[in-house]
This record gives sequence, C-alpha cells and structure tokens, in this order.
Amino acid sequence: MDERIVSLKAQFEADLSKIENVADLEGIRVSYLGKKGSITDLLKGMKDLSNEEKKAFGQDVNILKNEATNRIAEKMQELKEKEIEKEINSMPSFDVSMPASLDRGSYHPITLVQRQCEAVFRSMGFNVEDYSEVVTDYECFEALNIPKHHPARDMQDTYYLENGQLLKSHTSAAQNAIYKKYKDALINDGTPIKAIFPGRCFRNEATDACHENTFFQMEGVMVDKDISISNLIFFMKTMLSEVFRKDINVRLRPGFFPFVEPGFELDISCLICGGEGCPSCKHSGWLELCPCGMIHPEVLKAGGIDPEEYTGFAFGLGLTRLAMMKYGVKDIRDLNGGSLKSLSQFTDDE
Amino acid sequence: MFLSMNWISDFVDLTGLDKLKLINQFSLSTAEVENEIFFKGSDISGIVVAEIMSVEDHPNSKKLHLLKVDAGDGKLTDVVCGAPNVRVGMKTAFAKVGAQIGDITIAPRPLAGFDSFGMCCSEKEVGISDDHSGIMDLPAELINGTDIKDVYAIDDIVFEVDNKSLTNRPDLWGHYGIAREFAALAGRELKPLETVDLAQYDNLPKVDMKIEDPLCQRYSCLQVENITKSVSPVNMRIRLYYCGMRGINLLADLTNYLMLEMGQPMHAFDSRKVEKLRIKRFDKPFTFTTLDEVERNIDENTLMICNGDTPVAIAGIMGGLDSEIVDDTTTLTLESATFDAVSIRKSTVRLAHRTDASMRYEKCLDPQMTVPAIARFVKLLTDIDSGVQVVSSLTDEEAFKYETIKLDFNKSFVDRYTGIEISNETIVKTLKSLGFGVELNGNDFSVVVPSWRATKDVTMKADIIEEITRIYGYDNFDIHTVKAPLSPVRADIEKTMEDRIKDILVKRYSLHELHSYIWAYYDEYKALGIEVEDNIKLVSATNPNIETIRKSIVPTQLCQVKYNTSYSSDFGVFEIGRTLNGLDENNLCIENKKLAITLFSKTKSMEALYFGLRDMLAVITDDLKHSSLTFEKLEATHSYQHPINLNAIYCDGKLIGEIGIVHPVISKKIDKKANIVYAEIDVKAFSALENASIKYAEPSRFPEMEIDLSFISDTFAPIAKAVEKQNCPLIKNISVVDTYTDENGKSITVRILFAHPERTLTGDEVKEVTDAVIAELKANGIVLKQ
Repeated sequence: MDERIVSLKAQFEADLSKIENVADLEGIRVSYLGKKGSITDLLKGMKDLSNEEKKAFGQDVNILKNEATNRIAEKMQELKEKEIEKEINSMPSFDVSMPASLDRGSYHPITLVQRQCEAVFRSMGFNVEDYSEVVTDYECFEALNIPKHHPARDMQDTYYLENGQLLKSHTSAAQNAIYKKYKDALINDGTPIKAIFPGRCFRNEATDACHENTFFQMEGVMVDKDISISNLIFFMKTMLSEVFRKDINVRLRPGFFPFVEPGFELDISCLICGGEGCPSCKHSGWLELCPCGMIHPEVLKAGGIDPEEYTGFAFGLGLTRLAMMKYGVKDIRDLNGGSLKSLSQFTDDE
Repeated sequence: MFLSMNWISDFVDLTGLDKLKLINQFSLSTAEVENEIFFKGSDISGIVVAEIMSVEDHPNSKKLHLLKVDAGDGKLTDVVCGAPNVRVGMKTAFAKVGAQIGDITIAPRPLAGFDSFGMCCSEKEVGISDDHSGIMDLPAELINGTDIKDVYAIDDIVFEVDNKSLTNRPDLWGHYGIAREFAALAGRELKPLETVDLAQYDNLPKVDMKIEDPLCQRYSCLQVENITKSVSPVNMRIRLYYCGMRGINLLADLTNYLMLEMGQPMHAFDSRKVEKLRIKRFDKPFTFTTLDEVERNIDENTLMICNGDTPVAIAGIMGGLDSEIVDDTTTLTLESATFDAVSIRKSTVRLAHRTDASMRYEKCLDPQMTVPAIARFVKLLTDIDSGVQVVSSLTDEEAFKYETIKLDFNKSFVDRYTGIEISNETIVKTLKSLGFGVELNGNDFSVVVPSWRATKDVTMKADIIEEITRIYGYDNFDIHTVKAPLSPVRADIEKTMEDRIKDILVKRYSLHELHSYIWAYYDEYKALGIEVEDNIKLVSATNPNIETIRKSIVPTQLCQVKYNTSYSSDFGVFEIGRTLNGLDENNLCIENKKLAITLFSKTKSMEALYFGLRDMLAVITDDLKHSSLTFEKLEATHSYQHPINLNAIYCDGKLIGEIGIVHPVISKKIDKKANIVYAEIDVKAFSALENASIKYAEPSRFPEMEIDLSFISDTFAPIAKAVEKQNCPLIKNISVVDTYTDENGKSITVRILFAHPERTLTGDEVKEVTDAVIAELKANGIVLKQ
C-alpha cells in the first residue's frame, strides 16, 4: 500500500480521536472527504502513476474513503448519544413537594348544597322553580290557609315593606304560584305536579350563632290523584338518602302547620351515630329535619285544584341548616358574613 | 308543660304497661316530648316518719338543737338539727343513717362537737317543694317508721311537652285530655271525671251575672261559703310542684290544680266585690291594678269582668287586686268561662303579660268545659273541706255556641289519603277512643267531632285522617312509590344559566361566590362614603341600620370587599342576588335578579383589571349566548361610580348592565393602593336574550391571506365597523395586532384574514376590499398610517 495512504489513514485516526463535538467532526469530514479534502487530493495525485498502479492506488484510496466515511458516521452517532446524555444530565431535579398553587375560586356553600338537592329531585322528575323574594300577603299567608290573626303569623316575625308586600318568610309562599302554573297540565293532561323551589327567606329576628334573619329553604310539592301519606314517607326517605348519600331512616311526628293536614315533623336517624344516640342528637338517635305533610285542602283550592279529586304532599327543607350540618359550620352568620377566609374553602363538591 | 304520670293514671289504668314506651309513643303520635324525663322520688330512699321525743339546746350553738327521735325502730336516735320549728311530740320526715338524698348518703357525723345519726328533712330536701324554712311537720296519726313514700305520692314520672306542639290542641292543656290520648294509645278505657251533681243546687238563688259583650262566649259561676281550711293536701301540692307551680293556699291551689287537670282556667272572687257581675269593654282607656300589684293600662279593646261598672278582672288574663280573696272573705264566687281567643291573644300582646290562663284561652278552649269544671271544683273542694256550702245555683250564660261538626266520608277516602289498608274496625275503635261519635254504614262513616276538638282543631275530613293515622302510628306504615305517567322535565333556562355563569366565574376565573343581605347597611355604607339611595323600606325592621332595601348589589359587595382586603392582594367576588328598584303601576315592588362582580387588585394596572372584567363578561356572553357585547358611555349617577370608563353593556341591542371603576373616594377607603372595578348584569334581561346557534363554517382548503393595516385612530370600533360594512364573504376575521402612540397620536394595527372556499385568492380581489375599507375610514377622518 502506498505510503501516503498509510500515513493519511494514521493521521485521520489521530485527528478523529481528538474530536469531541459535532461541529469539529464536520470540520474533519470536510478536511478529509470534502472537494478539497486530503483523501480527495490523493486521487488528484494519481496522474503520475501507471495504469496498474492507478488501479491499485485507486482501490486503496476508495477503501480509505469508505472507511473514513464509516468512521465519521460512527463518531457522529457516538457524539449524538453523548450530547443527549449530557442534555439529560443537565436537567435539574424538581422539588415536587413544594406547595401547589391552586388559585381557585369558590362557590357559596348554599349553592353546593342546593345543587346536590336539585340533582336528586331532578332525577326523580321534579321541576326546579325559581321565585321572587318579595311576595304578597296573600301568597305568604292567605293562600296557605293562614288567615289574619292566626297565631302562625306571630310565630314568624315578618319583614313587611312600605307598600304592604313582604320579604317571604318561608318558601311555601311560592306554592300558590306553582299550583297555578301547573294545574292545567295536571287537570287536562294528567301530568302530576312535581316541583321544588329553593329560595331565600327572611325573618325579623335578632341574629346570633344559631339565628339569622336571612336564610335558605327548599320547598317541594307533589300533587296527583292518589298521593298518600305512604308516598310521602317513601319519597322523603328516598330523597334524603340520596341527599345524604347514605341509607337514612325517617320517622314522622304530628306537627301543626296551617298549610298541611295532617302535618308532620320529620326526623332522620342521626347522621353521626346512625341512631345509637350521641351528643349531636342529644342521645335520642334522631335529628329533627323538616316539616312536611299532606297539602291542606284549602291550599289546593286556593291554587285552583279540587281537593276532592287531588291530593298532594309538601315539605320544606332548611338548606341553610343542611349546609351547616354537611360542612360543620357552627356559626350561621358565617354564611352571609362574606369573609373569604371562611367561604373560599367551598370548592366544587360533586 | 310538665305532666305527671301519677295524675294521668288517675284517669286511665296503665298497670302493666311500659310507661316510658307510652311516653315515646305519645311523642310520635300526639305532641313532642322533651328528651329529659324526670323520675321524681328516685333519688331519695330511707326517709321515714319519726317523732321528736326530746329537744335540748346545743351548748355550742344558738341555732342547733340536740334531739332524740323515735324512728319506729325500737330505740331513740341522737340527732343534731338546725331547723327552727323543732318541738317535742312533732312528727317529721327523718333520713336514717344509710338513707339517700340525691347524691348524699346519710352517715353519722359530728356537728359542733355532738354526733348526729341522721337528718330531719324539710320539704325541699325530700324534693316535694321549695320550702326550706323548717323540717316537715307531719300529721300526728302517722306511725313512726313508715316510709315517707308510703305516706305521700313522691314517686312519679314527670315529662315535659313543648307548648308549641300543643298550639292547635286546646284539649291537651290539662292532664285529663292527655290521659285521653294515653288511653287511645294504650287501648284502655278513659275513666269519667268524678264531679258533683250541680242540679241539686237549682233551687238556690242565681248569681247576678250578665254577658254584655260578644267577646265572652260563656260565663258560668257559683257561690260557695264556709271554707275553713286554708292549706292544700300534701299530695295535691306535690303534683302542682312537679308540674312547675308553687303552692299558695287552698283556693289558689285548687284553681291551679283544676287548670292543670282540665285545662280550664278558673278564678275565685270575694263575693262582696262582685255583687253585679258584668262582662264588657269600656269606651275609654283606664288603669287597673292586677293581683300581682302591677298597674296596667287597659284600652277599649280589652274585655273586663266588672262589678257593675267597676272592673274587677282582665277577662282570661288576670284578676284584680281589689277583688282578691282576703282573710275576712266568707263567700266566694267561682268563675269558669271562655272568651274569644283572638281577643285574649291581642290583649296579652298589648299588655305584654302572658299568664297560664291566657295561654290556654288563646288556643280556643271548649265552652262545654266551664260547667263540668265547676262541678269538679266543688267535688275536690268538698272532699278536702267537708263543711263547705254551695250558696247559689249554677249561673251559666252561653252567649256563643260552636256548631256541632259532623263529617261524612267513605272508606275509600281514608285509603286514598293513607295509601295503606286500615280496617273499618280500627278506624271506628280509634275515633271512639278519642271521643268521636262514629256511625258506620257499610263503608260509609259518619263522625261527630267532640266539643273539645271542635273549636278549630278538627273541622274537615282531612283532620280525621290525622286522627286515624297518628294513633295507627306512622312507623307502622307500609311505604311505596307513586304511579304516575312519565313526562319530560325541562330545566328552567334562567336557573341553568345562573349555574353556568357561576361555573365560568369559579372555574375559569377563580372568583369567589358570596351572599350579602338584601338591604343597605347604613353604617358600612357611611364608613365607605356610599350614599344610601332612597328606595322602598322595611316597616318592621328591629334594626334601623337595615331599613332601606338595596337598589344594586354593588354597594353591598363593596362592603364585603372591604372586609377582605387582607385576604389577598388580588381577588374577585361575585353574587347573583336580588334588588328592588321602585314600584310598578300596581304598587308592587319591581324585583330584579342581578349578577354583580367586583375585582380587587394591588398588582394589576387599572386597565388590565378593567379589561379582565370586560373579557369575563364577553366569555360568558359568548359561551351562553354565542353572542358578543357592545358598550356605550354612561353618565355617572351613583356615588360608587367613577365617571370615566363607565359603560353601559348591550347584547343584541338590549341593555343588560354596566361596567365601571369604583369611585376613588370609596376605593381609597377600601384600600389606598388597590384598583377596584365592578360590573352588574341584569340576569333576567340576559337570560331572555336569544341563544344564537353555532354556525359551522367549513375551513377553506386554499391558502388564506392576512393583510395588516395601521390606522391613526383612538378607538377600534370605527375600524371594525368599516370592515364589517363591506359585508364581504371573503373576510373571515379581524383582529388587533398592535397599538402604538407617537407624535401623530394613537395608531391601531389590524389584521384582516381573507379566504375563499373554492379557490386561491387573487391579490386584486383582496386589495379591492382593503381599499374600500381605507376609503370608508378616510371619509370619517381616520387615515392610514404612512
């Protein structure tokens, strides 16, 4: 083999071994294999050789050229791998134990509880109604079989407005409008009235940790041809089990409310002890939850529904109380207090 | 109201029954019983009758005495006693060594140097009254060593019923009515009340009595004399005490006893003071001193019991001081009456004086009870004091009569209401046990309501359902769902929209939902410099600070922002709540539902904050209505509005709200360094907007062309308008890529995107449009920046 080839090969190997990056490697490629590269130059110097020698020399140069090309490719691969490895190793390790930055908003707890209740009732075919906060004396009392001078009007100290209207003292004030809205469908098409109406209520009383002048209730009514006490108990038990997401026992006690007859106080088995008795149910195993009953015939009549033909039940859930029970809010005033330190804690709760 | 099981057992034999279970059943079927049940007498034992055989002064004490007592155990016991009423031969209650009084076990103990082997007890120590003035002075005939519990009815079970749960049951304000419920629940007989036959006095003269006012429904009276006893029997006093009343004297105790037994309030007058009983109202107000020695203002609406024209008692509430029984009273006039319930309630409220009697009268007592109450009173009185003489005939005027209520219904009515099968036999038995007259003909019931339930309580068929079902027991109900046709439940648009607005604000913008009150808070508004704007007011607010209803949620929200300035340097709050905005033509309040948002920031520029809020509203509008907003400058009219950048918000040409910066005076009071912006949207107006459907446009498969144009203009609106005016289908979008202000003024660079659905655009057709835009703007004085 020609000496020049041998020495160039040695030189190439020596140069290649010093290369540490892709740019230098490219330099080597150009200086050996480029148009003016050393190996290419060797071919240019063949013109002085005999044909025999040319052939042998040419073959050797080509071998060198191929070898050099492969060596450069190998080196390139090696360098790329090194660079990836270097990039990998240069990545810092993050401290995932650092506190998360949530920057999230919040719902009012009443909204959360209200949504949960609404979802349960919607799933059972109830319409969700909205009603005004200012109502007439008729809606709040007369239409509910609470005539003037009735003691029930004493029981709820009402906020009357200058024009004789009032801030509704209970969501039952929406009953009359609901009956009138749906009675035609009931009478003409046989579509039962099934509706709930969550809303804000007002009572003129001094506030403390357990009393608020502004609070939320949710009224529910169902009217059809043969709605019975048995149905009422069934629905209350089923709905409350859904609302609390566990099997709830209910019991009824007689309760007097002018707009129902018979009227009941509904107790549920204590959510804490399940009925065994604990401090939160005063060791009775029961919690008084909501008034309910069969809609009073006069109330149906006022809504344009014949009580001889139709019966129905009604109930009133205290949404504010439910929210307090559910989230362990001890001071009712926190709900309207507007402090973000307490209220920003209520994120989504589905 | 406290109730004694001993007393109830006078009228119904409950032998062999679990009394606690019965009380619980009563709570579930009749009226709520408070949790705590009192086992009277259970905490005392070992107290016996003992005779004091000798009394010596204690050498070391002025108060103490050294006694020797005979407790019937064949020996004398040494006792050191501090009671002032000790005397030789007296019989008293004696707690022997080993006896139990509450938590104390009696043991021998030294008292001032002498050992005492037991304790003589006062009534208070035995737990039968508050009397602690001396030890009990027992009748001499009692045998020493007899257990005190065998002498008096000390053991009893007492429970309390919440008065509120008896509001609609006038018949349950005495033990006899309660006993009727227990009889029905236990399936046992109710015994008749023992009374005297008043007809035997019919020959005696009448009392001069006349009802001169329709507010008196019935007035019954009777005169008695020759009452020699003044102290009530111990067992009677124990019952009164257990039921929360203090013993006073025989007559007062008897009237109280009768009230607690039958629910009928009674009053005893000195007959000399009521020679001419008249029941009436007066034309003019006057003052009257009641027997509690309080002078009270009586007005022309208050019914009075009078002697001729002199008032002697406030009807149904309290007797007068002057007509009270005194020491030299020889003849009594007993009153047993009923009055109009509403009138009594109103008088009670006016006088601010509620008594045990008025509390009962307010519930509509049964007028048929007045005469039996007198007959029962005379029976009890003569049993105690056999020398008593009745000196008048029963004088009874019935000015008002409730009509007998008869209700007819069919078994199917009961079935429909209950949803379960309750047999005819059970229905008849239940109603009869409660005193209803029942006739059954096949499946047809005819029921007569007893007078004590007929004053307001049971008036219609549905009331009968309650009677049947509550005694049947709601726990015994078989429960089942309804049969009803399926029909779609359509969600209310406004309600759904509210929920979605809340979701966007909470989830996308991290805002916090708050609730505030519907009225203006005067103090807080004043502190921030917010004017309380005239609006409809509450007439009955106990707190004058909250008299005026708010017109806007923004001021109440600013008050809440003020509490929260330390919460974070940047936060936003929102509320969907109500406002009242004047009266309509029918004099009814105009109630609006509004969404208010306030953003507070110490880090963002006012502009960034303002645009952040504007974009929130734009996103809500785009998301819920697939529509966009436009704005128009608004004149400031409220104290909280900054006059600059106050804009009315429109959607589809309809006014839906406003957006603005909080007035610097208020803003600085909230926080000196913070920027505060707000928006208020009329939720009803917004929800009423048409919801534009999504219009799908297939993207062009040919290259799009973007043209950037810079105009010298203060606002973007005219540029957008000029582009829109071309009404060119090739224009797909217009956006702002830069704004820049130099010596020529503000310039805005807009980028217009062109595309053709079916072919590559030509430069000429695009240029034609842009030239038209440039020309249009030039005509309006807006030139292209060179």
